[in-house]
Amino acid sequence: MNNSSPSSYDEMVDADGAVRPAYAGYRQWFEEQPPDLLRRKGSEAEAFFRRTGITFNVYGNEDAEERLIPFDMVPRIITAHQWRKLSRGIEQRVRALNAFLHDLYHRQEIVRSGRLPARLLKGNEAFLAQMAGFTPPGGVYTHIVGIDLVRTDEDEFMVLEDNARTPSGVSYMLENRETMMAMFPELFTRVRVREVSDYPRRLARSLAACAPPAARGHKPVVAVLTPGIYNSAYFEHAFLADQMGAELVEGSDLRVENGRIAMRTTRGWQPIDVIYRRVDDEYLDPLSFNPSSVLGVAGIMDVYRAGGVTIANAPGTGIADDKAIYSFMPEIVEFYTGEKPILKNVPTWRCSEPDALKYVLDNLADLVVKEVHGSGGYGMLIGPTSSKKEIAAFEIKLRARPDNYIAQPTLSLSTVPILTKAGLAPRHVDLRPFVLVSPNGIDITPGGLTRVALKKGSLVVNSSQGGGTKDSWVLDD
Amino acid sequence: MLGRSANGIFWLFRYLERAENTARLIEAGFRMALTRDTRDAQDEWRSVIVTLGLQGAYEAKFGLDYAGPQVFNFVLRDKDNPGNVLAMVEGARQNARMVRTGITREVWETVNESWMRLKELLARPVTDARLGLVIDTIRRQSTEVRGAMEGTMLRNDIYNFARMGTFIERADNTARILDVKYYVLLPSLSYVGSSLDNVQWENVLRSLAGERAYRWLNAGRMEARGIAEFLILDGRFPRSLAFCYGKLQSNLAHLAREYGAHTPAHDILNAAAARLQGITIESIFEQGLHQFIGDFIATNSRLGAQIQRDYRFTE
Repeated sequence: MNNSSPSSYDEMVDADGAVRPAYAGYRQWFEEQPPDLLRRKGSEAEAFFRRTGITFNVYGNEDAEERLIPFDMVPRIITAHQWRKLSRGIEQRVRALNAFLHDLYHRQEIVRSGRLPARLLKGNEAFLAQMAGFTPPGGVYTHIVGIDLVRTDEDEFMVLEDNARTPSGVSYMLENRETMMAMFPELFTRVRVREVSDYPRRLARSLAACAPPAARGHKPVVAVLTPGIYNSAYFEHAFLADQMGAELVEGSDLRVENGRIAMRTTRGWQPIDVIYRRVDDEYLDPLSFNPSSVLGVAGIMDVYRAGGVTIANAPGTGIADDKAIYSFMPEIVEFYTGEKPILKNVPTWRCSEPDALKYVLDNLADLVVKEVHGSGGYGMLIGPTSSKKEIAAFEIKLRARPDNYIAQPTLSLSTVPILTKAGLAPRHVDLRPFVLVSPNGIDITPGGLTRVALKKGSLVVNSSQGGGTKDSWVLDD
Repeated sequence: MLGRSANGIFWLFRYLERAENTARLIEAGFRMALTRDTRDAQDEWRSVIVTLGLQGAYEAKFGLDYAGPQVFNFVLRDKDNPGNVLAMVEGARQNARMVRTGITREVWETVNESWMRLKELLARPVTDARLGLVIDTIRRQSTEVRGAMEGTMLRNDIYNFARMGTFIERADNTARILDVKYYVLLPSLSYVGSSLDNVQWENVLRSLAGERAYRWLNAGRMEARGIAEFLILDGRFPRSLAFCYGKLQSNLAHLAREYGAHTPAHDILNAAAARLQGITIESIFEQGLHQFIGDFIATNSRLGAQIQRDYRFTE
């Protein structure tokens, strides 16, 4: 398959080269600009990012201790109508995810009913026995969710991946918009775009609404728990804490005191009610999980289970990110909502099943094969762009542990133009909308983070592998 | 605020202050060296290294050769000197990144930008010709950060920890310069009015950015005792010990009000400040300038450590 084939759906222009309605206003503005304006603004934006320190650390890349994620100045635009349908689908899926997690850690009705094989949970590291029988405050498991969507047609958005563990990238969504508004203020007076800037306020409100029983009677104290300045997403942790007016804490600032989690302040130890943690489950509590972790708090799981603190997202939500579980999402949505899923999954072969494995092995050169626990685009095979040698090497790994893999067709992802030296050129994109869950409901920020593969024809949009980002617009009615 | 954040902001401003003072010391040394023969110039550079507490590290690498460019490159950017100015500015930025939620966007951007500028400037060895630009950039960054802070930061505990970092460091730096140069100011050794003295006195003032202020206050009359008095006791001069301690008193008083509690650091500070207020330059010379300065440096460092303990900077 040729990935840059003209058969990909381009979001700006149709097959005849006519501008689609979503981009009409933008395109008109664009035509009026002097040809070199956007490129000039591009270097302006880069200087702006460097100055403000919006960076991204890549593990194992010693030279580039802090790197910028490339930002493309052409927005990705979604109409109000498309967004309405999308958000209905997202809301349904997120509702199902929370119900699913609650069920997994309680009666496991879905397993009993025979709709989900028990073997997916057995021995799965993301499934935490410590969460069994416990309901988090407010019944919320996934306080923050990122749903990765790909588009293949005018009306077809499909879910590529659920990020229920710790979705990142929301700071780029916010900064991209700030940058666009700073660079092209008049554009925003011409095209009405829905606001995203109140996300941090909504996040703070949503987290506070999930405060634990111990917080009753006072305004909940919220803190962001970061692994520290060397973490790849540190900028985002600091950004969100700053925007929410919350403390940014590290494991070394915290300890258990009187059945609460307390932070060491200049006035003494002060209890925290809600911890928005950006530390993985495994490192959260050396007493319950990885004993050598210094990133977490010894004893936090006991405090949590006793109602002394809320951990967001709840430990053990990562099981929902498992790609083998993902392949059951259509059944999961239907089981808990009683409705047909509005958003489709990408067709997925589970290599644990002999027939599927046979098909995958026969068609490796055309498929994308992913590890079930993998993330960030690592450890995967993209058949069409891999050499015979790479495919052969991957086949050995696949045959050795088929249950560790799933496979999907290489979709013809939609394209949106980016600005290149030769002018506008189409590149493949995905979309990660951000969703907040609290007892008060599900709150979806209009738009999200558009990631874009900067190389022609490439389908890999991950920032850890050279992808960039775009401002994502949802048009106002 | 978090104890760790208080530590971060305190050291952010200590590093910035130290970088600025180091730059000024190099500038004064450079100017002095230009007007001397080679041997005297090397003496001057050695005293810069001694003031910065780098004699051991420097001589381990270069022996007794105190050639100017070798000295200032060692101080500014040599990786064998872990306390080089670039490392200080990097340390400042690292701390700013850590306390990002406690400082305004303006302060952060200024710290970040000056780090980017200096990193570029100090990427290759500094020549005599480029030294001025480098010094200027370092000095400017402190000014800009201070300006950003004055204009945008809340006057709360965070601000006061930042200021305490600044003044503890500044008092230490002023005292260290006096400690190394005290003999220049001793009446018994000075040939009053000789041009050599004038140059040396002016150099002490210059390394503390005080030459203009002093001349202006004293109608151009240079005199050892007056200079010592100016640098130690004159509460109008922002780098004098008295000024720094006046500021520290108001910063710590603010914390006592905001937190509703005095701490042992208050006692150390009040005793030290009372000593500065109740003493004359005559009695300082009587008890010995060197002794006085030595005591001051020890107390100042005790005060810094006590603040870190009282406000739970670390576990």
